[in-house]
Amino acid sequence: MTTRTRPLSPHLQVYRLPLLAVLSITHRITGVGLVAGLVVLAWWLCAAAQGPAAFNAAQDLLGSPIGLLALFGWTVALFFHLAHGVRHLLWDAGWGYSLPKAYVSGKAAIVVTAALTRIVWIAALA
Amino acid sequence: MTLRSPLGRARGLGSAKSGVGHHWAVIVTAVGLVPLSLWFVTSLIGLVGADYAVVRGWLGQPLNTALFLLTVLMVVHHAQLGLQVVIEDYVHGEGAKMASLIAVRLGAALLAVAMTVSILKVAFGV
Repeated sequence: MTTRTRPLSPHLQVYRLPLLAVLSITHRITGVGLVAGLVVLAWWLCAAAQGPAAFNAAQDLLGSPIGLLALFGWTVALFFHLAHGVRHLLWDAGWGYSLPKAYVSGKAAIVVTAALTRIVWIAALA
Repeated sequence: MTLRSPLGRARGLGSAKSGVGHHWAVIVTAVGLVPLSLWFVTSLIGLVGADYAVVRGWLGQPLNTALFLLTVLMVVHHAQLGLQVVIEDYVHGEGAKMASLIAVRLGAALLAVAMTVSILKVAFGV
């Protein structure tokens, strides 16, 4: 095995992704994460269809600390995917391709995600 | 509908495959899911701490039954289209790719049917 002394090209592990790249991959990651949430929603509905006993068991599990943590994660993922999805719709409509506009819409997606998540959990825990 | 221009089709330029149809379906479901997902989250907040009878009564109202069904079916379709793209991007072995694509389609069908049956069963109380 020869020792390479020349510099290597930037690799994902050492390359700091720009904000727009982070948002892009986060959109995909939250999308896949939401599919897991969809499976849980199906399980919850099936429990509700089975009757009060199964439904109460499902409610207890979702109301446990781990359940609440997961629900919080899915709330963040849903609102990010929603806000960032609107960004994609705007791009598809031809708006916002310039770099400054891309940064504005990207930061707006983060702010909207944080705001909606906050509103929902304050309302849910009130 | 098709988004390709008549001239583009006549010249035979561009992809002859189903990419446009796929992307169009993603857009239409995304537009529909913007209001539906906000309605869904708002409804769930209203049901925090509700017992079985209350959830059943809520889901039994025709508007809620209809919107819940619509949300669930659109989400499944949107999720299946998204997962398909993720698989096509990251799974390179032909066999593994085919197997995952089939699994996603069948899994989506299972989720859609399971959730539809559950929603209707709870709503109609049979």
